[in-house]
Amino acid sequence: MFSRDNWKEIFETIQKNKLRTFLSGFTVALGILIFVVLFGFGNGLKNTFSKFFEDDAQNIITLFPGQTSKPYKGYKSGRRIEFDNSDLEDIKTNFPIFLEYITPRISRNGMVKYKNESNNYSTRAVAPSHQIAEKTIIMEGRYLNVNDIKGKSKTAVIGRLVQKDLFGNKNPIGEYIDIAGSAFKVIGVYQDEGGDDEERRIYIPYTTRQLIEKNTDKIDQIIVAFRPELGYAGALALDKGITEFIKKKKYIDPDDQNGLYVRNVAEGLKQTQQMAFVLQMIVGFVAIGTIIAGIIGISNIMVFVVKERTKELGIRKALGATPKSVISTILLESVFITTVFGFIGMIIGIAILSSMGDKLKDRFITDPYIDMPVAIGATVLLIVFGALAGYIPAKRAARIKPIVALRDE
Amino acid sequence: MIEIKDLHKSYKMGSNSLHVLKGINFSVEEGELVAIMGSSGSGKSTLLNILGMLDELDEGSYVLDGVPIKNLNETKAANYRNKFLGFVFQSFNLINYKSAMENVALPLYYQKVGRKERQEKALKYLEQVGLKEWATHLPNELSGGQKQRVAIARAMAAEPKVLLADEPTGALDSKTSYEVMDLIQKINDQGNTILIVTHEPDIADMCKRIVHLKDGVIIEDKKVEQVRAAQYV
Repeated sequence: MFSRDNWKEIFETIQKNKLRTFLSGFTVALGILIFVVLFGFGNGLKNTFSKFFEDDAQNIITLFPGQTSKPYKGYKSGRRIEFDNSDLEDIKTNFPIFLEYITPRISRNGMVKYKNESNNYSTRAVAPSHQIAEKTIIMEGRYLNVNDIKGKSKTAVIGRLVQKDLFGNKNPIGEYIDIAGSAFKVIGVYQDEGGDDEERRIYIPYTTRQLIEKNTDKIDQIIVAFRPELGYAGALALDKGITEFIKKKKYIDPDDQNGLYVRNVAEGLKQTQQMAFVLQMIVGFVAIGTIIAGIIGISNIMVFVVKERTKELGIRKALGATPKSVISTILLESVFITTVFGFIGMIIGIAILSSMGDKLKDRFITDPYIDMPVAIGATVLLIVFGALAGYIPAKRAARIKPIVALRDE
Repeated sequence: MIEIKDLHKSYKMGSNSLHVLKGINFSVEEGELVAIMGSSGSGKSTLLNILGMLDELDEGSYVLDGVPIKNLNETKAANYRNKFLGFVFQSFNLINYKSAMENVALPLYYQKVGRKERQEKALKYLEQVGLKEWATHLPNELSGGQKQRVAIARAMAAEPKVLLADEPTGALDSKTSYEVMDLIQKINDQGNTILIVTHEPDIADMCKRIVHLKDGVIIEDKKVEQVRAAQYV
């Protein structure tokens, strides 16, 4: 079946029937090409969605104080809840096995000056572990450390764009900037993948901020990072545990939805991933539809090819071609064409995807790609079904009596 | 060479069946050149198709070169056709995308003859029919007579026991017809058994024996003095 002679016969047939070869080849190549590109775009869509979350750590639960809406244990409703340093310590001691790190955050907006330059920036007073939560990348100098917190030092880490605005090309490290009337020494410059806004911020020790604000111990928000190995279920459990704990400590009615807000990144991430998954399913569905259309296309062509060749097959049979050799002639030809053109389509599709990169980022498609096994699997699927589609008419053709086939004009 | 006894064949045409061959008894010796004659509908082509294993008989027996031809499956029939029989058709039936030489070599391909030997043999037979220099031409570049000569070369290439020709001159003018008959006579002179279906008396006269069919039975079977086609060429 696979002798050199057979192949030679098939190649000759292919060469001498260029239009037929082109038509069936084109169908297959196009089918695979569209499949690969669509599937790749689906992946690109998923990439974009995960990138939304990538600029921050994903094991974060953020607590925001609110205002009670129900009276509880003698307290009136409408009471404003505040966090303070003791809450940090209490969470640390009560949930040690869940916790990776914890950091407060106190946000203030204010005028920041350096020599003649000034601008309004948001200043975040935080603990050193905030760097991990926000995925802050230090470009120059260093981030805040434990000593800054303990010493309540007036040190600041500024964003890349803050540096650009205030210092131009000058090295800001060691320079002093004026934040709302206090002089802070710049100890580092950072960048952040979260976009321009995230790079127009200034980080200072939270203890320093509390000292400036009349030595208070109040905190705006508490950011809790759980151990990633806890997974989604663990995150939900911790979320619930901390919520109950804080509500109890602050005398908030357990049913009061407004006293305390908790944002769990894991939850949002899961929802987004689900949405991306659904989107990919839809794209995948369309892609599979394309493959099916390709299979139907190749089947049609095979039926046509066999019809067109009926007389030739009759001649061959009169000359001594066995049914087996008739089937194998047709099948090998079709498999050969689908294989060659299928892989051509696949390679062109992959080439298109890899040349795309970030070009369609505005259309929510980032780095589209397709896994090789998926691409090859789809191609093989088309080849197999192409062969199957060819087998049925080929078998029928092999069964036609040569006398009938010869009469066919 | 060929032994046919009490051969019956009918075709189903919807609800009624058409009895085409109604008990044919017929034998052919080696080296004979037989013309099967008859008007259209007499069953002559059906007889040839059964002889050529292109069609199956309903009743009776058919022995070809000592081999009983019955209950053949497709594969076996194909092998027998390839081994025993060469076909020449009225409409030539060359494969139009293959050159003259490739067409002649095709039965040898199915005999699993090696490529080189195939080409040599094909060229040899093309030379015999006087078309060696046309070996690389496609059928549509050849005249009708040339096409039929290629078809004869193809039928001969497999070195069959019997050459079956169905109206081989039916699509040709008389001059070309005589050229083709001249070729067939020469092949017969070499000892090959040939059966020709025709309705043209002058073609039949160029054979050594004429079998007349009418309404599915043989009404006449006579040996004749062969008219040589060469004198008309």
